[in-house]
Amino acid sequence: MTTSEKKVVGLSREGMAARVAQELRDGQYVNLGIGMPTLVPNYLSDDITVVLHSENGVLGVGPYPTEEELDPELINAGKETITVVPGASYFDSAQSFGMIRGGQVDVAVLGAMQVSAAGDLANWMIPGHMVKGMGGAMDLVHGAGRVIVMMEHTTRKGAPKILPVCTIPLTGKHCVQRIITDLAVIDVTPDGLLLVETSPGVSVDDVRAATAADLTVAPGLA
Amino acid sequence: MDKQIATAAEAVADIHDGATIAVGGFGLVGIPEILITALLEQGATNLEIASNNCGTDGFGLGLLLEQHRIRRTISSYIGSNKEFARQYMAGEVEVEFTPQGTLAERMRAGGAGIPAFFTTAGVGTQVAEGGLPQRYDAKGGVAVYSPPKETREFHGESYVMEQGIFADFALVHAWKGDRQGNLVYRRTARNFNPPAAACGRITIAQVEHLVEPGEIDPDEVHTPGIHVQRVVHVGPVNVGIEQRTVRAS
Repeated sequence: MTTSEKKVVGLSREGMAARVAQELRDGQYVNLGIGMPTLVPNYLSDDITVVLHSENGVLGVGPYPTEEELDPELINAGKETITVVPGASYFDSAQSFGMIRGGQVDVAVLGAMQVSAAGDLANWMIPGHMVKGMGGAMDLVHGAGRVIVMMEHTTRKGAPKILPVCTIPLTGKHCVQRIITDLAVIDVTPDGLLLVETSPGVSVDDVRAATAADLTVAPGLA
Repeated sequence: MDKQIATAAEAVADIHDGATIAVGGFGLVGIPEILITALLEQGATNLEIASNNCGTDGFGLGLLLEQHRIRRTISSYIGSNKEFARQYMAGEVEVEFTPQGTLAERMRAGGAGIPAFFTTAGVGTQVAEGGLPQRYDAKGGVAVYSPPKETREFHGESYVMEQGIFADFALVHAWKGDRQGNLVYRRTARNFNPPAAACGRITIAQVEHLVEPGEIDPDEVHTPGIHVQRVVHVGPVNVGIEQRTVRAS
């Protein structure tokens, strides 16, 4: 699979965050992964309330603090300083992952290095090169009700990240339901990957060119 | 009953070479750093540490790593500790990578007398199937791979068996504690401290504020004193910030 000749420009990071925000429903408990997913709350409609879970032990994560509010002992899973909203609670790591494992967290949004056609996810190590550790990702991908991957469609060098099978060690198997990238929205179905949306200015062929796995195109998109 | 020990040095004096130690904390928050510093000075080595991040460069357990006092860790994340990652890749420390929730539950289970439990986290990956490099050799090859774990079907879904952690010692940080070992944590400094406290045969707590029994409302106790054998009053600690994120006021 080669990358396309012309550079396809899809959604910005903020645009992707706005698109992911549309996935969330009033009353949901949502865990947002480190990095890009933390932009999502900026784009939530005022009409809905979602409660943000941070696996180090917070329900009800609020915006970043002002200088006056800054408290080193109040952080999210990315070790960023945060605030909490009214109705928030603190708890220990065992209870936090108990609510994840117990299926209480409705949605998890996280990044990926690779996603396979079967919904396998890899995001924690590249053998011989890089090992960060899985952190809470392995727990989240099986525990959360719905798993959304939010990522750039290709690597910085333009190589596809959506593959027939993952080539690096997995974080979870058959665990991803939807992939939202700068170029497209793709669902993982029992029949393989289904392209359900393309970003403005991005064609179906552009998405195919940037995707190594087979794609079925949803009716109306062709 | 008075579990107060005058100094951190006395509280960690009997930690032996080769001890297994569960340590609370996440990032820079909730780290029993005064106890860790005392352990650094005490000299015990060849330690096995159960800790989510195993400290950061130049802080907390990172200091023990720098002195090669840790033989093996059970951790979920090494990405914020360059020396830890370097030692792992160079074969100087063994790492049992464990999903974060599984690590917390392994501590909780050990503290509750449960030798093993089943979870979905890691099913279909090397965590369950084995083959994760646990220790490299000096030439970049793998000296020890993780073994495959038992899996079992429940309700049509596959689960992997994980074992409880029964630690010789636990080191924890609390905001407030009384002389009987009842502990109260503050905000996200709670994290791994309660399950770590529960799974230590001898649990040593450093507390910022030491109070008399009765001054903590029983309804407000996070870790009941039965889990804590020694209390060290350390006074207020300065907590660092890894990612300083602020908004305009």
